[in-house]
Amino acid sequence: MLEDGSVYEGTIVSPGTRFGEVVFNTSMTGYQEILTDPSYRGQIVVMTQPHIGNYGTSAEIEESRRPWVEAFIAHQFTARHSGSGEASLPPYLREHGIPALHEIDTRSLVRRLRDRGALRGVVTSERSDVAGLLEEVRHSPKMEGRALVDEVTCAARHTLEPPGEAVCRLAVYDYGIKTNILRSLYARGAALEVLPARTPAAMVLDLGVDGVVLSNGPGDPEPLREIVDVVAELVASDLPVLGICLGHQLLGLALGGRTRKLKFGHHGGNQPVKDLASGLVVITSQNHGFAVDPDSLPSGVRVTEVNLNDGTVEGLAVEGRTVFSVQYHPEAAPGPHDAAPLFGRFLERVAPLRAAASR
Amino acid sequence: MPRRDDIRSILILGSGPIVIGQACEFDYSGTQACRALRREGYRVILVNSNPATIMTDPEFADATYVEPLVPEVVESILAAERPDAILPTVGGQTGINLTMELHRRGVLERYGVELLGAGVEALQLGEDRLLFKQAMEEIGLAVPKSALAESLEEARRIVAQLGYPLIVRPSFTLGGEGGGVLYNRDELDEVVGFALKASPVHQVLLEQSVLGWKEFELEVMRDLADNAIVVCSVENVDPMGVHTGDSVTVAPQQTLSDREYQEMRNDAFEVIRRVGVATGGSNIQFAVHPKTGERVVIEMNPRVSRSSALASKATGFPIAKIAALLAVGYTLDEIPNDITGKTYAAFEPTLDYVVVKIPRWAFEKFPGAKSTLGISMKSVGEVMAIGGTFREALQKALASLELDGNLYMRELRLADPLQLRRRLTEPNWERLFAIFAALRQGWTVAEIAEATAIDPWFLREIREVVELESELSCWDVETVPGALLRRAKRGGVTDERLAALLHCNSDQVVERRKEHGIVSVFKRVDTCAAEFPALTPYMYSTYARDDESAPTDRPKILILGSGPNRIGQGIEFDYCCVHAAFALSKLGYETIMVNCNPETVSTDYDTSDRLYFEPLTLEHVLGVVEREQPLGVIVQLGGQTPLKLARGLEAAGVRILGTSPDAIDLAEDRRRFGALLREEGIRQPEHGSATSLVEARAAAEAIGYPVMVRPSYVLGGRAMVICHDDSTLVRYMSEAAEVSPGHPVLLDRFLEDAVEVDLDLLCDGRRAVVCGILQHIEEAGIHSGDSAAVLPPYSVSAANLETMREIARKLALRLGVVGLMNVQFAVHRGEVYVLEVNPRASRTVPFIAKAVGVPIVALASQLMAGKTLEEIGFTEEPAVPAVFVKAPVFPFNRFPGVDPVLGPEMKSTGEVMGWSPDFGAAFAKALLGAGVRLPNEGAAFLSVHDRDKPGLLPVARRLAELGFDLLATEGTARFLEERGLTVRTVNKIHQARPHVGDHLINGDIHLIVNTPMGRASFEDDAHIRTTALRLDIPCITTLSGATAAVEGIASQRAAAFSVGSLQSLFARADAAEAAEESDRAVPAR
Ligand SMILES: Nc1ncnc2c1ncn2[C@@H]1O[C@H](COP(=O)(O)OP(=O)(O)O)[C@@H](O)[C@H]1O
Ligand SMILES: Nc1ncnc2c1ncn2[C@@H]1O[C@H](COP(=O)(O)OP(=O)(O)O)[C@@H](O)[C@H]1O
Ligand SMILES: [Mg+2]
Ligand SMILES: [Mg+2]
Repeated sequence: MLEDGSVYEGTIVSPGTRFGEVVFNTSMTGYQEILTDPSYRGQIVVMTQPHIGNYGTSAEIEESRRPWVEAFIAHQFTARHSGSGEASLPPYLREHGIPALHEIDTRSLVRRLRDRGALRGVVTSERSDVAGLLEEVRHSPKMEGRALVDEVTCAARHTLEPPGEAVCRLAVYDYGIKTNILRSLYARGAALEVLPARTPAAMVLDLGVDGVVLSNGPGDPEPLREIVDVVAELVASDLPVLGICLGHQLLGLALGGRTRKLKFGHHGGNQPVKDLASGLVVITSQNHGFAVDPDSLPSGVRVTEVNLNDGTVEGLAVEGRTVFSVQYHPEAAPGPHDAAPLFGRFLERVAPLRAAASR
Repeated sequence: MPRRDDIRSILILGSGPIVIGQACEFDYSGTQACRALRREGYRVILVNSNPATIMTDPEFADATYVEPLVPEVVESILAAERPDAILPTVGGQTGINLTMELHRRGVLERYGVELLGAGVEALQLGEDRLLFKQAMEEIGLAVPKSALAESLEEARRIVAQLGYPLIVRPSFTLGGEGGGVLYNRDELDEVVGFALKASPVHQVLLEQSVLGWKEFELEVMRDLADNAIVVCSVENVDPMGVHTGDSVTVAPQQTLSDREYQEMRNDAFEVIRRVGVATGGSNIQFAVHPKTGERVVIEMNPRVSRSSALASKATGFPIAKIAALLAVGYTLDEIPNDITGKTYAAFEPTLDYVVVKIPRWAFEKFPGAKSTLGISMKSVGEVMAIGGTFREALQKALASLELDGNLYMRELRLADPLQLRRRLTEPNWERLFAIFAALRQGWTVAEIAEATAIDPWFLREIREVVELESELSCWDVETVPGALLRRAKRGGVTDERLAALLHCNSDQVVERRKEHGIVSVFKRVDTCAAEFPALTPYMYSTYARDDESAPTDRPKILILGSGPNRIGQGIEFDYCCVHAAFALSKLGYETIMVNCNPETVSTDYDTSDRLYFEPLTLEHVLGVVEREQPLGVIVQLGGQTPLKLARGLEAAGVRILGTSPDAIDLAEDRRRFGALLREEGIRQPEHGSATSLVEARAAAEAIGYPVMVRPSYVLGGRAMVICHDDSTLVRYMSEAAEVSPGHPVLLDRFLEDAVEVDLDLLCDGRRAVVCGILQHIEEAGIHSGDSAAVLPPYSVSAANLETMREIARKLALRLGVVGLMNVQFAVHRGEVYVLEVNPRASRTVPFIAKAVGVPIVALASQLMAGKTLEEIGFTEEPAVPAVFVKAPVFPFNRFPGVDPVLGPEMKSTGEVMGWSPDFGAAFAKALLGAGVRLPNEGAAFLSVHDRDKPGLLPVARRLAELGFDLLATEGTARFLEERGLTVRTVNKIHQARPHVGDHLINGDIHLIVNTPMGRASFEDDAHIRTTALRLDIPCITTLSGATAAVEGIASQRAAAFSVGSLQSLFARADAAEAAEESDRAVPAR
């Protein structure tokens, strides 16, 4: 059921009752990555690809320690998988207590979300009191103004040391980080200090890192004022900074910009992003409901990339500094790997600094 | 980047006649390319020998050359037109091969033409398997290892390295002929030996096998700025070892995880960059190990392809059009996405439905052909269906196939437990049905997966259907619960099948489900899974909650397409449907197309105002009609497919535009039609019918031998046989025909040595005007679709032609035809007989339209919309400005061992047109277009039936005059020598060696005239014909064909072929007419 009162009846694959903002994702593959992406905290996800669960689930494609979506909806879940997976999806969902619904007209639902914007809703296998549910949906928190980072960030700092000598040492803020961001940096030889979301800037400076990475994460960036202040401090400290998704929005705010809610956001693996300098287009993986308002940015901060479809800001850079951010997910997982070189570009700029510093 | 201004004119190469592996998908892509480039203001010059294409309609190019696609002809065109560039990538393998040949001959350089899209190196890498593999290894991608062998010893050495099984591919054979799989040492000599022999250069590629791996295809596009996207992924349900063109396929891919898929996508980009396709689309094939996920690259086609047509239809992303725009310098981010209107081509379509393609084969036409599937493609067409789920799409695709008879009967036939296993393990065209049968018999998914190597995910989906059906069969139509019925419809179970399961008829099923409110809804194909609103109404039906078809209230007309290509019903009918859409739209109607063939122009979302990608069954068509409420439905343009639906549609209260269903029935029902002819005093071959051998013999006696026999229940000349005597009749009755009181056999007197003629006319119900008359070169008895034909007729008397016109007009008026009608006549001993009447557009319509320069189908559409001939200004039979010859093209090279002999059953897949001011040149050009190069000199081998000997004499004389040496078998040689010709006698095959077969192989013979000599020498004849086919030696099997060929040789020796565009031809014709008129206007002095 959605806050506009519309009700979709389907078949329950995993029982339960959960409220959340309903969003749709147009990726054709990668459902497990989506389930375990902490950015989906507080959201009910509708998949547009009809068959979900075909290749099962495996431990190695988890994007975090557990699935986060509030509830999961598809046209048809596959009861028994084939291919590379270790277990089938429906039992996985049940095990993690994620309500899941299928055999509904997902396209109808998606068109509604497209036309009205993301709506709050509920998935339930237990309740049938339509009026009462609707009341509750309407009273459930709106995504705007919701700070969810604290619910998903890691409990304590931990360190990842690559084999051999690290090309550089990075502080990585975990606002709900996807593992593949860590993997992508680590695989390129960076040592990582993964920090809880509320880690003060001073502590980062104490760690003596060569750069800072601001991760993706759930919810609205606006209410995260304290975190924004931390980011501002870090930027002021002269450290190189890379922001991804929520991290990009937080950087935008820290630089003095504003963010705004998009109608239904970008959630999928086919978003074209144009690099304004080269004119080249990369196909990116995206998952966000808020965006940086380009007109709000102060001088000295450049929009480097835009979404080809709707012109929204996809990349920022502070002129003369190694401080930049992207709205999309260069780590993919799921989605195309086209933007992965971004990690390399960041490290290329950070590593020489380190070399210089150590000399 | 903006469009390039440094080029002004572009030559586009079409793909020529429809053959297996290259069908109307290239008309679709070529038409898109022509339209896109003309819209950009380029001068477009088109060469394509296939007259049944939309692209060769004069309005699609500035200069349209319907000429043979051979280097020397294209060179003449280059000389005449001097284009700046060639776009070689939309004309299939033909376009590529031709371009490479032009390059090798230095022609491209000589005329300074640039290749757009892909350069010579890229084309070469796509074509040469070894070079390609090297290139892949260079960039670190795995490929099946392989090596070339030129002898058995070499092959043995390679096998020792690569191990069994091995894929064997002879170099330079057509359609992979002679290739196969080598499983063990014992077969080596035979398989490799055969392949070496099949290869004209005695070379075979031996390749490590990845049989049973999963097969995937990616459609990739790249622009000049190096942006690259994947338009669509396609998964083959049939694993490696079955050609993608013969596989059931699914889009998007279903069984790869994100990581596996993205890695494949990365590889695909590396491939397209390494091969160096600068701009445009490419198809890249991969094999993936089902357990380990190991991945190898199989091949890449640096051009648009059958798969890219499928991908375009599956996603709504027009690959060929975009490829054309990229070729002239645009980048992906500059080209708008028509469907959303808001976004650009630089993105990747995402699907919220499932697409299933099933091929359609024609094995029944080629008795003796192995019906197993392998690495060389054998299907002649395909259907695509869109559904909410795989099971729904699969069932819709099965319904779209229009197979004869009941699908479930087919399953039963396969269900024999002894055979079932083999039908599962050995890929064959009925394997899908065997899977159904096995599941019904309780085979487990694991067992079937083991036998077929098909991914269990697909098998489980099929099992869902089987289980659903068995649940349904416990109920009857009165008691079946609504929820179950809903599940059945969601699972794609057709009303017809439900009727069988619920022990009732389809009407009752419909009634029952409507009581439960279970009706189909329509969803849009929009490239973006509804993320953006769709502007183009491209729809498919499914069972769900919302309908988004949003019909308008404009006056609208629904056009029914022709379904999958098959022998006897191909591109010609799609041509007709497309024309109707254009014409009706000009008249102000909204046009709605229903079709299920992804290869076609009709299923381009640009062709009609609204497109429904649906099976052409009563259920699905009525679904559309109920939603759209059109003024009427056009059934006469899509061949037999929509015609079969006319009655049912009418019964459901739908208005049929044009000729009435009853008139259609009157013409189609042989009994009713026979009576009508008798009544009108029109001559027809004496005929009868029989339900037993006794009756058949009696009927044949009464009619007189030879008789033509056919079962009444099949269409399209299937299982037709000519019986010259009682014994062949007896054999036919006992072996071939399934005869029962419900299914009589029909007998006609076979008109011997008759000249067959096709006539097409337009009629508005009150007046009928002939569009053109086509005389067949082969005599009656060779199916009209398989016979070469010429317009205007060259040897039928004026009086007979006049009689035909009269008869045709009379019949049209009598039947009340509104629109098109086709009559087939035979002239036998000076008398005109009617063989059959088709109350619809016929196969010859596009050919005639092109030859006389009249848009016949557009006119017919106007008539169906209620206009009169007078109003549309078509009151006179058009003049024919030159001689136009149609030559058919046959798929025999795909069916090794099948005797390439012609008869009353159609076997050709396509046709070409050759034209010239004189018959000989037109005929030789047509043959050249069809791939038969008549020799200018050398030796001719003659061997004909006794009957044909007198007729052979002038042919032999003429050949001798032209300087040919004559070789003949004993009888023929004696006959000719007695009449003063010098002839060398050669041995028949069963006589001593060297025999004719040896001479053929040794290259001593350059032309063969061999008419079938009956049972006695059947084997010899067949051997000669198959050897000739393999060696590409022109082999003519009829006397009339031989006569025409000799004329062709004479005229091609006399002068090089002239070429000309249709536009200049008709400009000249118009000018001549105008001059004539002004002459008349000058007052006589
Ligand atoms: N090494 C191989 N092992 C097993 N099957 C193969 C192999 N190579 C090709 N095939 C099968 O043969 C088909 C045709 O081969 P392909 O290289 O694609 O040639 P074509 O140019 O005819 O498409 C493929 O679709 C695949 O099913
Ligand atoms: N009575 C006949 N005598 C000689 N040839 C015939 C006769 N009837 C049919 N044929 C030949 O058989 C072919 C197919 O027959 P037709 O009735 O036209 O079937 P189809 O429906 O397949 O077109 C014709 O094109 C013609 O060549
Ligand atoms: Mg292939
Ligand atoms: Mg016929």
